[in-house]
Amino acid sequence: MSAAKGELSSFVIGMGRVALLACEVVRSLSSVRLNWAEFIKQMHFIGLKSQFVVLTTGASTGMVFCAQTFYQFHKVKMDTATLSVVGVAMTSELGPVLAGLMVAGRVGAAMTAEIGTMRVTEQIDALRTMATHPVDHLVVPRVLATVISMPLLTVLAWVVGIFAAMILASSLLGIESAFSLKHMYFYTDAEDVVMGVIKALVFGLLISLISCYRGLNCTNGAEGVGRATNEAVVQSCIAILVSNFFLTLFLRSLLYPG
Amino acid sequence: MIEVSKVRKSFGDQVVLRSISFSVEAGESVAIIGRSGTGKSVLIKHLVGLLSPDEGAVRVEGQDLVGMSERQMLSVRQKFGMLFQGAALFDSMNVHENIAFPLRRSGVTDGAEINRRVKSVLGLVELPGVGGKMPSELSGGMQKRVGLARAIVHRPQIILYDEPTTGLDPVVADSIDQLMMRVRDQYSVTSIVITHDMRCARRMGQRIIYLREGQVYLDAPAEEVFNSEDPQVSRFIRGEADLKEVDFS
Ligand SMILES: Nc1ncnc2c1ncn2[C@@H]1O[C@H](COP(=O)(O)OP(=O)(O)O)[C@@H](O)[C@H]1O
Ligand SMILES: [Mg+2]
Repeated sequence: MSAAKGELSSFVIGMGRVALLACEVVRSLSSVRLNWAEFIKQMHFIGLKSQFVVLTTGASTGMVFCAQTFYQFHKVKMDTATLSVVGVAMTSELGPVLAGLMVAGRVGAAMTAEIGTMRVTEQIDALRTMATHPVDHLVVPRVLATVISMPLLTVLAWVVGIFAAMILASSLLGIESAFSLKHMYFYTDAEDVVMGVIKALVFGLLISLISCYRGLNCTNGAEGVGRATNEAVVQSCIAILVSNFFLTLFLRSLLYPG
Repeated sequence: MIEVSKVRKSFGDQVVLRSISFSVEAGESVAIIGRSGTGKSVLIKHLVGLLSPDEGAVRVEGQDLVGMSERQMLSVRQKFGMLFQGAALFDSMNVHENIAFPLRRSGVTDGAEINRRVKSVLGLVELPGVGGKMPSELSGGMQKRVGLARAIVHRPQIILYDEPTTGLDPVVADSIDQLMMRVRDQYSVTSIVITHDMRCARRMGQRIIYLREGQVYLDAPAEEVFNSEDPQVSRFIRGEADLKEVDFS
């Protein structure tokens, strides 16, 4: 119990410090020129190279979700509604959360490990003596690249997820695709899509800020880098899942007034 | 130029610096000596604001670094060049980019000018032609020399060297000593060098500060220190262990 309490309080304090880092990022964006070279490198690493994991998870989740929904709906003869459930769930919930978790594991871990290693080998200190703010040089390009990449990756997850579900539905489960498409279009609203994109932006911000913060505050050599990387991934995932719940409630009441 | 007054610093419950005061005038060249682990590296990190003291003040040209925000400190740091004990090269950049970094940060934008100055400073540290290599492909001693090149390339007013010759062979160590002296005399920079090498201390240090147990034990002109009768000091300079201090148990 006391261990959980300690964990919780360190999580909360950590989030407070992450918020301070966010303020510093805003200050840097408004006053310092962007480090374009680093930004492009990060876009390549975060945006382009994450496509494969997002593609695989998107497709497999789309198909599994489609199959399970179909087996339940089949009992009540609602076969053609299967894809509309997949569509709504994929766009507003599964797409952004899955993309977020995958990016946290792949990109967040790499960010913490890289910045953490720079920290413990005094490269961050060297940067500071060369009149360079680590936030300008390292954090801002990563945060921007993640925040831009996340919605794109989320859209990728939607497209492959729904497409894979559609193929599965029409080929193996024998659902008439004209009906299911019509239902999917009917039930999946623009609001679901907007909600998914907003969530993706927020998750991108959380992942990159938490991971950079953990890296910048590494101590204790290689062991410390390992621990920080681990914490960054765990805390990013928790932050995604917790904020997803509140975002759903908040965005629903905002996007569907009355 | 640099004034340290009553600086105290501890990590957790380990007090590293008790109460350190000294000052360094513009153009002066000071050597800091003392046993490993007495906090020499911690001390010079205070001079550029990489660490901030628990108590006391650090002033650079009259500006107190304590209480300054990281952003305010950036402009103060433009005056400095620093060689880290572990070189601290950026391992995502090659040697050329490492050395060009402080040049670009100090406002040099012309590519040809940057190339010329990087080449010339690599020549000075006797590493011509390694510009394209990554830091991980270099030996420790070579990394140290690249770190030195990076610290001096933008001609800072104050240069801090943390053990510049540790881990180098005697011949290279000698050439590094001479290089540091040449930089000091040609550009009349203020130099602060941490060293365990008494020859280096004698050559570089017009004044020597001997750090012991988190305090300045002795701060005197080099001649005075090297002729000191104080057993503590003379034993350190001759590199003799005080058997009372050595504990093999
Ligand atoms: N960031 C840090 N956190 C905790 N302890 C530190 C830190 N930096 C240095 N120390 C401790 O301070 C003492 C002095 O270190 P240092 O200045 O590196 O010694 P040296 O005189 O050999 O350069 C050492 O005992 C070291 O363990
Ligand atoms: Mg040291």
